[in-house]
Amino acid sequence: MINVIREPLIFEISSPGKSGVRLPNLDVPEKLDVLEGLTVREDLEGFPEVSETEVTRHFTRLSQMNYCVDFGFYPLGSCTMKYNPKLNEKVAGMASLAGVHPLAPEKLAQGNLELMKTLEKLLCEITGMDAVSLQPAAGAHGELTGMMLIRAYHEAQGNPRKYVLIPDSAHGTNPSSAHICGYVVREIKSNDRGTISLEDLAREMTEEVAALMVTNPNTLGVFESEICQISEIVHAKGGFVYMDGANLNALAGITRPGDMKVDVLHLNLHKTFSTPHGGGGPGSGPVAVKKILEPYLPVPIIEEKDGQYHLNYNRPKSIGRVKSFYGQFLVMLKALAYILALGPAGLREMTEIAVLNSNYIRKSLEGVYHLKYDSPTLHECVFSDKFQKDFGVSNLDISKRLLDYGLHPPTMSFPLIVHGALMIEPTETESRRDLDLFIEAMKAIDREARENPELLRTAPHITYVRRLDEVQAARNPILRWEKK
Amino acid sequence: MSYIPISEQDKKEMLARIGVESVEDLFCCIPESIRLKGLLNLPGPLSEPEILEYFEERGKKNSFDRYLSFLGGGAYDHFIPAVVDYLSSRGEFVSPYTPYQPEVSQGTLQVIFEFQTLICQLTGLDIANASLYDGATGAAEAVLMANRVKNKKRLLVASNVHPEYRQVIYTYTRNLGLEVVEIPYDRLGRVDQKGLESALNSHTSVLLCQSPNYFGVVEDLKSLGELTHRHDALLAVVISEPLSLGLLEAPGKLGADIVTGEAQSFGLPLSYGGPYLGFMACKKEFVRQLPGRIAGQTVDAEGRRGFVLTLSTREQHIRREKATSNICTNQAHCALRATIYLETLGRQGLKKMAWLNLQKAAYALETLTAIPGVSRKFGGPVFNEFVLEFPTDWNRIKQKLEEKGILGGLALGEAYQGLEKCALVTITEKHSREKIDRYAQVLREVLK
Repeated sequence: MINVIREPLIFEISSPGKSGVRLPNLDVPEKLDVLEGLTVREDLEGFPEVSETEVTRHFTRLSQMNYCVDFGFYPLGSCTMKYNPKLNEKVAGMASLAGVHPLAPEKLAQGNLELMKTLEKLLCEITGMDAVSLQPAAGAHGELTGMMLIRAYHEAQGNPRKYVLIPDSAHGTNPSSAHICGYVVREIKSNDRGTISLEDLAREMTEEVAALMVTNPNTLGVFESEICQISEIVHAKGGFVYMDGANLNALAGITRPGDMKVDVLHLNLHKTFSTPHGGGGPGSGPVAVKKILEPYLPVPIIEEKDGQYHLNYNRPKSIGRVKSFYGQFLVMLKALAYILALGPAGLREMTEIAVLNSNYIRKSLEGVYHLKYDSPTLHECVFSDKFQKDFGVSNLDISKRLLDYGLHPPTMSFPLIVHGALMIEPTETESRRDLDLFIEAMKAIDREARENPELLRTAPHITYVRRLDEVQAARNPILRWEKK
Repeated sequence: MSYIPISEQDKKEMLARIGVESVEDLFCCIPESIRLKGLLNLPGPLSEPEILEYFEERGKKNSFDRYLSFLGGGAYDHFIPAVVDYLSSRGEFVSPYTPYQPEVSQGTLQVIFEFQTLICQLTGLDIANASLYDGATGAAEAVLMANRVKNKKRLLVASNVHPEYRQVIYTYTRNLGLEVVEIPYDRLGRVDQKGLESALNSHTSVLLCQSPNYFGVVEDLKSLGELTHRHDALLAVVISEPLSLGLLEAPGKLGADIVTGEAQSFGLPLSYGGPYLGFMACKKEFVRQLPGRIAGQTVDAEGRRGFVLTLSTREQHIRREKATSNICTNQAHCALRATIYLETLGRQGLKKMAWLNLQKAAYALETLTAIPGVSRKFGGPVFNEFVLEFPTDWNRIKQKLEEKGILGGLALGEAYQGLEKCALVTITEKHSREKIDRYAQVLREVLK
C-alpha cells in the first residue's frame, strides 16, 4: 500500500483521558502514608494519551515507511543483511525459555544454560577457537572485550604495551574499541592490492605493540592470503592477532580463523547467523579465544559437569563483567536455531552462495562502475562513483536514485580507502531474480547519470520523504518533541 | 536449503557469466593449507518441527515457571500489553538495518525520536540518545561521559548501585587510569552523605548513584546533587526500575546532570537477562559528549518534516579512535518495544502501573514484617523492592522456601558483607494479594 497519510508524532494526536490499556484495580488496601519521604512528581507532563486503536494505526503506518529485508534486497556491505528465518522468532518467543529470570537458581534454568553452552561449542567448532564468551552485546562490544583480554594478558606479563596496529581499511569501531581499552592506534596503509603488506607490518610490529586488529576478508572483500605470515610476524614480537569477524559469512565452513593462527575474534550473530537487525539492534557479539586467553574471559563462564550446568564466577584472572547477566540470550537462541537448521553442509553452502552472488554482481557491473582494486573478492565487492563523477553524479546520488527503483543502496563512502565507495554485499539469501533486478537498476542509473544527471541529484522522487537536509539537522539540533 | 533461493541451474549460469568452472574456484585466494578438508563437526540439518521440538525439550528442563517468584534486582516481571508483541513483530520493524538511508527509514527514525522524547519527559532532562546495550553499560558510559565533561580522574560510585553495574564500571575504567571510589550506605539504605562529603574533592568528576537503589530505597537526589555540585562534580543517576518514574519526581528536576538506566521494565520479557534496553539522557550542554546514536528532526527537499541520525561526528564511524564511545549497533528494536509500551500505557496508565507497584509492595512489606523474626532492614522509603532481615542466614531460609515452590528474594550476602541474613524482595503489579499472602503463609511455616 502506498503511504499517503502524513503520520504525526504520537504527542500531536494525544488528548486527555485516553489510555491504550486496561489495568486491574488495586486488590490491597490503599495507604497514603507510603509516600512519606518520597518526592512525588506532579504529573507526566506531555506524556501521550491515546487509545489502543490509535497506537496500532500509528505504528502500522510508521512501519510502512521502512524498507526491510522482508521486502527486498538490502546489499549493505559489511552488514550481511540476510533473510531472518521466521522459525527463529518463534523459538525466541517460547515462554519456557524467555520467561526465566536471569537470577533464578541455576538448577531452575538448566535448559537455558544448556542452550548457551551448546552454542558456545558450535561457535568454537565453526571458528576453530578454544573457548567462547557469549556476554558481549554487539560487534563493537565484542571488539572491546577482545582487546581487554589482550591487555589483561600483557599486564599479567608485566607490561600492557602501548600500541595497536590497525589497517586503514578497518571498520571505525576497531580504532575506537582499541582506544577505549587504553591503547594508541597506529594505522597501517593498505598496499595496491588493498591488503596488508608484510614489509610494512614487520616494520611497525615492535615489542610495544599489543596486537594487530585485522578484518579478514577485509572490508574490500579481499582475503588476506598471507594471514599465516601476518600472524607469525605479530607472534614473533609477542603480540596477538585480533580478527574482526564481521565478514565471517565469507569463510564459515571453508576455513577457520583458528587455523589462521588468529588469537581472538568476535562474531556478529546478527550478521553471519541470521538474527534480525531490528533497525539497529539488538545484536550479539560473542568473543572466541585460543587457550592462552581463556583465563581472562568475562565472568561468569558456563561449566558442564555430569550433565549439570553451572555458572562459575570464581575466575581470578578474569577481566570482570562487560554486561549485566549473560548477554543477549534471545539473540543466541535464534543463532542456534539457524546453525541447527543449516547443518555442516548447509553452512558451507551458505558461504559458497554468498560468494557466488557477490561475484555475479561484480562481474555484471564491471566496466559500468569503477573497481579500484582488481584483487579477487569473496562475499562483497567495492565499486566507486569515479566514472559517474564525470557527469557530476556522486555515490550519494546513485544511492538515492536506487530508492526510486524500490531497492536499498549499498554501503556508501566506506571503506575510506576507496573514494566515493559503493560497497555491495548481497548475501546468499537473494534469488537470481533479485540480483538481476539490482544489476539492471544499477545499469539504468549509470545511463541516467549520462543522460539526465539532474534526475539523480534530486533523487529520491517517490519515497515518503524526499532527500533530507542532514546539515540542518546537525547545525540546529531538534532532538525531541516539545509542547508548543 | 530453504533459506537459499539459488537453484543448481542458476548456479551453472551464474558461474558461466563469472567465467569460472566451479564455486570452488571463487575461493582460490584462500591458501590450500588453511582450507577445511571436510565438513565441520556440527549437528543438523534439522527440519522445522525437529528444531521446535529441540527447543521445547530444553524449555522443559527449565523449571523456573513452576515457582512463585519474588526476584527482581534489575530484571522485572511486568505485564506486557498484547499490542507490544503484535506491533513490534512486524517485519518492517524486525528486519531493517540501522537507518542509514533516512528516506526509507522514517518509521524507525520517528520511533527513535519519540523514544528520545519519552525518556526526556520521564527523566526531566533535555536530550536523550537512541539507546545503549543495558543498564550496566549505561552506568559505565555515564561515568566515562562525566569524566570527558569534567576532565577529572576521580569517579565516585555508590556501593548500593547494582553490584553487576559496578563490576562493569570497573571493567570499563581500569585501563584508562581512572580512580573509582565506592561510597558507603547509611542506616536508611541510602548513600551515606558524610562518607560522600569526605570523598568529594577537587579531582572528582562525578557521583554515580542509583535510585531506587539496589536495596529498593529511593535516594535523596536533591541533597546528593547539591553536595556534588558544590565540589564542581556531576550527579549521574542510574535507574534499574524506571517504572518508578511514573510516580517519583524526575531526577533532572532534582539536580541530576546525567540519567541512565535499564528500561527492561518497559515491555521487554525477562529473557534470561537479555536483550535489555539501556537509555541515557543529559543536559543539553553535554550533547557533544553523549555516546550512541541520536535521531534529530529536519526537513526534506520539499520542506516537509523528516528525521535523520544526527550529530554523528561524535561517533566511531566518523571519528574513529576519537569517538565518544565505540558503540555502533545498539538496542533499537528493544527501544521500539519500550516506545509502544509507554505510548500504550500513556500518562494515566504509567501512573496507575507505578501506583499498583508501590501499593502492593507496601502491603507485602507490612504483611511479611508482621511475621515474627522478619524485619525491615533499611528505613528509607521504597518503591517496589525492599530488603528484609531474617533470624538466620538467608540462604538456609531461601532453600526451605524453594522446597515449597517460592523464590523468596535475592541473597545480598555475597555482594555486601554483613547482609548475610538479608534478602531483596521484589513486588510487581503481577503479584495479586493472594500470591503475597501465600508467600507470607509459607514464610511463617518455614520460620517456625
